[in-house]
Amino acid sequence: MAIQALNINKRFGDFTALDDVTVDIPSGSLVALLGPSGGGKSTLLRVIAGLETADSGTVLINGEDATRLTPQRRNVGFVFQHYAAFKHLNVFRNVAFGLEIRKRPKAEIKNRVTELLELVHLEAFADRLPAQLSGGQRQRMALARALAVEPTVLLLDEPFGALDAQVRKELRTWLRRLHDEMHVTTVFVTHDQEEAMEVADQIVVMAAGKVEQVGSPDELYEQPANDFVMSFLGPVTRLNGKLVRPHDLEILDEPTAGSVEATVVRVVRIGFEVRIDLEIDGQEAWVQVTREVARRLRPAPGDHLNIRASEHAIATAGAPV
Amino acid sequence: MRGIVFVYLAFLLVIPLSLILYRTFEHGVGPVWRSLTTHQALHAIQITLFVSLWAVALNAVFGITAAILIVRHDFRGKRIFNALIDLPLAVSPVVVGLALILVYGRLTPVGRFFDDLGHPIIFALPGMVLATAFVSLPLMVREVMPVLQEIGVEQEQAAWTLGASARQTFKRITFPSIRWAAAYGVVLTLARSLGEFGAVAVVSGRIVDKTQTITLFVQERYENFDAQSAYAASFFLAAIAVLVLLMMNLLRPKEPD
Repeated sequence: MAIQALNINKRFGDFTALDDVTVDIPSGSLVALLGPSGGGKSTLLRVIAGLETADSGTVLINGEDATRLTPQRRNVGFVFQHYAAFKHLNVFRNVAFGLEIRKRPKAEIKNRVTELLELVHLEAFADRLPAQLSGGQRQRMALARALAVEPTVLLLDEPFGALDAQVRKELRTWLRRLHDEMHVTTVFVTHDQEEAMEVADQIVVMAAGKVEQVGSPDELYEQPANDFVMSFLGPVTRLNGKLVRPHDLEILDEPTAGSVEATVVRVVRIGFEVRIDLEIDGQEAWVQVTREVARRLRPAPGDHLNIRASEHAIATAGAPV
Repeated sequence: MRGIVFVYLAFLLVIPLSLILYRTFEHGVGPVWRSLTTHQALHAIQITLFVSLWAVALNAVFGITAAILIVRHDFRGKRIFNALIDLPLAVSPVVVGLALILVYGRLTPVGRFFDDLGHPIIFALPGMVLATAFVSLPLMVREVMPVLQEIGVEQEQAAWTLGASARQTFKRITFPSIRWAAAYGVVLTLARSLGEFGAVAVVSGRIVDKTQTITLFVQERYENFDAQSAYAASFFLAAIAVLVLLMMNLLRPKEPD
């Protein structure tokens, strides 16, 4: 089911959380709202869910105007960063909550909940209280609870933000697989570009209450609309005043047209990559090379290198290097 | 240091209470039982229970509602409302009693209205319930508020997105989370109500066998040189207080972490 948020404005006192935001989320897609904290992405998600009321603008869910509907009537599944587990109910009753509210027959509830607990691999934990689960398990329970009522859209607010790195990676992959099986339109908020790139079909980059760019992970990475998007989606450095990806810089043996001379400041080995910190005309810059290249060049602090952006270097739209 | 505290507690608490206990049972259990089972004493116990239970019921409903209002909602004058809740702690109960007479007394329009209906407020049970409810008002609100703050709003919002109405959310999510705080608030309110003297003394008119509570009974018996009855009733109140303390200790550890 498609979601459209049209010309949404939202202020909290003097702070503008959303500034005329328009976002179109196609049916069945998995979309990430990506941006720094305070950029308005969580507010937009809460406006879609009806947990926050926009000052102006329209929310369409499946083509129907949902702007004035209460959260109860929007039929959205919502997953919170800190799980929002019902602490006094066991895992089974947590997942069954929406179905009990809808007064479904007992047998149906039991079947559906059992099915969902299998889906999130918590079938052995049905009788546990949330306090007896790990963070990752609690979030999977919250996801099963949201899915139980067969929501038209699934909204996740920094769903993996409170989990440690290992669990976060597992759940990411798992969310992607789950979406491929269920095809429910899903929007998740994240400030982690790697997470957005890995999981989402479409990414909406937001900052300071505005949409900076919308596109697939490849589009955003290869054709960033501006310096902000480019620097948010991956490492950048400056060459001749323009942003370049450090792995798009070439080190030449001889000075050539378009190359500049740089002085090596420091050499850092990180796994199979080598990071060379440089100084170019008093400006800091850095270049990322493979171990092979580093072994051939043997750069040492004080050495002089000739640096040039490679031919197919990624640049912001309308600003070729 | 420790010695000073012990001496202080001894003179303030232990010696007076022990003396009451000693005086009460000086002539054995028989006189105690006789003074507590006179018609007047039994009636006073009845009145105290009636007034206290009503005050607890009123403040339970009002306290939980006010706590939710302050913690979960924004409205104009919220800070003043919040400050007003603590007023009964600061105002002397006698002043509370006088204030109620100024509003509901026989010589005021409001008082006359209820008088004409056949339900006078002052020098009658309704006024005593009002006075007791007033002095014990902050206890419930102040017990429930921090728990509401601590559990946060997300569980409730999750319930909304799952289709639960405001009432269903309160019944299934909010109330189970605050029930131990609410139970503790009930016990505190009850303890405060049972012992209330000043406000009730003013609004009740202290009519024996009509509006006399246990605390008023203690004072009236003592002034009429019936020390035995006064001690017995005092012991009865103290025993209830100890029971309440035990209940509070039983309730405390059960609060969800």
